Amino acid sequence: MTGAVAAGAHQTGESAIFWILAIVSVGAALGMILTRKAVHSALMLAAVMFSLAVLYAVNEAPFLAFVQVIVYTGAVLMLFLFVVMIIGVSSTDSLVETIKGQRVAAAIVGIAFAVLLFVGFGHATLPKTAGLKDANANGGNVMGLARLIFTKYVFAFEVTSALLITAALGAMVLAHRERLRPKPTQKQLSKERIKSDRVSPLPPPGTYARHNAVDMPALLPDGSISELSVSPVIARRRTGDHEDLHGASPEVVAHEGAKTVKAVIEKPVEVEEEEQ
Amino acid sequence: MTTMNAVLAAGGPELHPQAAEGVQSVAWLLIALPLAGAAILLLSGRRTDKWGHLLGTAMSLGAFVVGVLAFFQMLGQHADGRSRLVHLFPFISAGSLKVDMNLLVDPLSISFVLLITGVGSLIHIYSIGYMSHDPDRRRFFAYLNLFVAAMLLLVLADNYVGLYIGWEGVGLASYLLIGFWQHKPSAATAAKKAFIVNRVGDFGLSVAIMVMFATFGSLSYQDVFGQASQASQGTITAIGLLLLLGACGKSAQLPLQSWLLDAMEGPTPVSALIHAATMVTAGVYLIVRSHAIYELSPDARLLVTIVGVATLLAGAIIGCAKDDIKKALAGSTMSQIGYMVLAAGLGRPGYVFAIAHLIAHGFFKAGMFLGAGSVMHAMNDDVNMRKFGGLRKVMPITFATFGLGYLAIIGFPGLSGWWTKDGIIDAAFEKGGTSGQILGWLALIGAGITAYYMSRLMFMTFFGEPRWDEDVHPHESPKVMTVPLILLAIGSVAGGAFLILGDRFAKFLAPVVGEPEASHRLITPYTAIVFALMVVGVGLAYVQYLRRPVPRTAPAGNPAVTFARKDLYGDALNESLLMRPGQWLTRLTVFFDNRGVDGVVNGLAAFIGGTSGRVRRVQTGFVRSYALSMFVGAALVVGALFLVRI
Amino acid sequence: MTGHYLVLSAILFTIGGIGVLIRRNAIVVFMCVELMLNATNLAFVSFARMHGSLDGQIIAFFVMVVAAAEVVVGLAIIMTIFRSRKSSSVDDANLLKY
Repeated sequence: MTGAVAAGAHQTGESAIFWILAIVSVGAALGMILTRKAVHSALMLAAVMFSLAVLYAVNEAPFLAFVQVIVYTGAVLMLFLFVVMIIGVSSTDSLVETIKGQRVAAAIVGIAFAVLLFVGFGHATLPKTAGLKDANANGGNVMGLARLIFTKYVFAFEVTSALLITAALGAMVLAHRERLRPKPTQKQLSKERIKSDRVSPLPPPGTYARHNAVDMPALLPDGSISELSVSPVIARRRTGDHEDLHGASPEVVAHEGAKTVKAVIEKPVEVEEEEQ
Repeated sequence: MTTMNAVLAAGGPELHPQAAEGVQSVAWLLIALPLAGAAILLLSGRRTDKWGHLLGTAMSLGAFVVGVLAFFQMLGQHADGRSRLVHLFPFISAGSLKVDMNLLVDPLSISFVLLITGVGSLIHIYSIGYMSHDPDRRRFFAYLNLFVAAMLLLVLADNYVGLYIGWEGVGLASYLLIGFWQHKPSAATAAKKAFIVNRVGDFGLSVAIMVMFATFGSLSYQDVFGQASQASQGTITAIGLLLLLGACGKSAQLPLQSWLLDAMEGPTPVSALIHAATMVTAGVYLIVRSHAIYELSPDARLLVTIVGVATLLAGAIIGCAKDDIKKALAGSTMSQIGYMVLAAGLGRPGYVFAIAHLIAHGFFKAGMFLGAGSVMHAMNDDVNMRKFGGLRKVMPITFATFGLGYLAIIGFPGLSGWWTKDGIIDAAFEKGGTSGQILGWLALIGAGITAYYMSRLMFMTFFGEPRWDEDVHPHESPKVMTVPLILLAIGSVAGGAFLILGDRFAKFLAPVVGEPEASHRLITPYTAIVFALMVVGVGLAYVQYLRRPVPRTAPAGNPAVTFARKDLYGDALNESLLMRPGQWLTRLTVFFDNRGVDGVVNGLAAFIGGTSGRVRRVQTGFVRSYALSMFVGAALVVGALFLVRI
Repeated sequence: MTGHYLVLSAILFTIGGIGVLIRRNAIVVFMCVELMLNATNLAFVSFARMHGSLDGQIIAFFVMVVAAAEVVVGLAIIMTIFRSRKSSSVDDANLLKY
């Protein structure tokens, strides 16, 4: 590898940038595959892509650097984030591997693959870096690329445009959902509501001074929790109970619940009669 | 053939037939007429139901007329020029196998032609009455015509291929007619049995034909007989034995006799025409026609005589025990054909008597079968003789004609049977040596038994007290049935004398089979013995079946009677010797197929199936597993690249 | 320096590959695929510089275009699957098997 390193006047600066970005990008890449949440992975990927954009720029490819930022970090990653949003941020991976030996095998194969590549690079004799001064001489990097794209690679370019159109159409077709029955009208919706078990709106969540939050379930008159008061999406994400409300453990909760029930049973008659 | 052969050198028959002229040149009409009749009746369907039987009879009569004209033309020719060839068309021309379809009109074939068309026409006429109530009468006449055509081809062909076609044709017609009442399982089974047993014989004949072609390079009688003396003794004997096997199948000789008794399931006219008068004598015709081969092989000839004697005794013994009138007659037919085969095996002195007995037998046995049919007609199709009795007063014409046939078959002096059968016995003794004595005495004993069983049949049917069922009212048959009976009875009475007296038939047949050394002696020392045995047989039957009342159910009888009633255990023998081993063989083959062949195939399939069942577990459906495989593959490719480059 | 870039590219590629193998969330798997594509792009760009020719950059450019198209369609497929199966795990879509 060392033999492949070319010497140059601007080597020091480039080396510094390379090493910094190499560490950053490898760390971010590892973070991407190791974090549990998709959103975090997306952010890590963004870091990798930014690093790569800078590396492109260092490698005398300013156009690609900008395209990298605009297309990848700007468009593709936004698309990822949109999909994560639609599918649900809650969809975290469980840490249990379902396929036996998959992780170990993946690690072994991956490392073996990398080692193979390193050995290959180690044996390769790379020529001295030529630089792109000549190539970019006539009008700079963008003009040089444009010249190639619209002459030598024009056919591939046109095919690419066809590919993009096809991909756009395919995405529309796939994402489109056919309506199988007519949209229900207000009248139908209200009728259905009357027919259903619950006519009134769902109970609102947490109405306590200390926890006035949407993830707080409301308490029913008998002291039990109303599951309906919390949106199922939020309920799924709730990681822990609020100790001051429900107690530290299920036993405590049960005890508290029993106390509340007793309090209600002791004087229910007058209350009910008053209400009636 | 240019080569002179031993037969010719010995003053044998002329083997160079001339081209036919006149009526004989249209001898093909003999076959074409009944064949056309069969085709019209079979193809035209119900439209011809009304007059189909008349057409069939007319075709048969037409053939008879052609035959008679050809016969008279032959009489007008010189004795040396009586073999005439009718060229029809080249039949097969494949490599060195060249078969021309020619017809050979000679004294031997014309004798058969007259018998077949004559008796055949009478039976056609009789069948008009006999089958008048059958809805399928048209089909019956179509098959009868088919039979006549095939039988005529058999006797008229000038080569073994034509003979073989006719041979198979009569086999087919026999099969169709035995199974004519297909709705009866017994008839269907009997037809199948006849066909299968005949197949064994036909196998022998076909192999004989192949051997002939391999040896002589030709299949026409002219070439085969002409070159016969050049072939090795072993080949000739082999051909002779194979031909004998064919003859045994068709003529119901031991050991292929079992089908004939069952063949009585067919309509009675069929039994009379096919299974008494004509088809079953085809074996005798084959042997006599192939005399040039048999004359060169004493071994084959000896075996022919042994088969003949064995069958004549077996048939006679079976005939003694049967209560079914048709089966008793069938046993008798077997026995009489045994006489003919014996005569045919005796060589030149016997040929004439074989054919003469054949013709006489054709008359009296056809007459008796038709008489039996007439009786059955009267007795509501009952065949059990124990329920007959005393029919002579009710059916005088049937009785008279049947009685004449009876006298002819037992060899009553002066009637047909006496002339021909005595001739055969005489010829057997004349053979000389120990074998001649044995054959002669056995044939003598056979004659005695014949007298016994025929008398038994006669007495049980026509004499004694009536033992009829209550609802049976016997009556004489209509004229259309009795007239053929009368004509056949005339043949039974006069046929023998006409043929034998003055060596008339011997001289007539001489151009074909050669002239016997000595003319036939009418009265021999054995004549008296035959007569005495006949009287003893008749007397015994008289004592047993006329003096004593006949029980309506068959008495148990001793083991010997059971032995005879069971057809000498012929079927049991076939079953244990052929059928059971055959079944074992097929079971063994099936077992081998199931376990051996299928085992290998199924085992291989199971192995592959099992392996793939395990291998398919690789397809987990988890895309990540597939990705891992791809990654491993990519790593391997990279590794391989390095291995190659470094 | 080219060798350094190539090694970095190889490391990133391998990390992406391992990510594809061990992650079950389809979106994350997709991100890993993108990472692998980017890693190859880095190699292309550094090779372009080494050879003094812009063709490598062109290839990288086309890779980006194709990757963009792929992401669009792939994410649409993920959405469709999620809609019908209520899951974004690649292991849940395993009906096509033995």
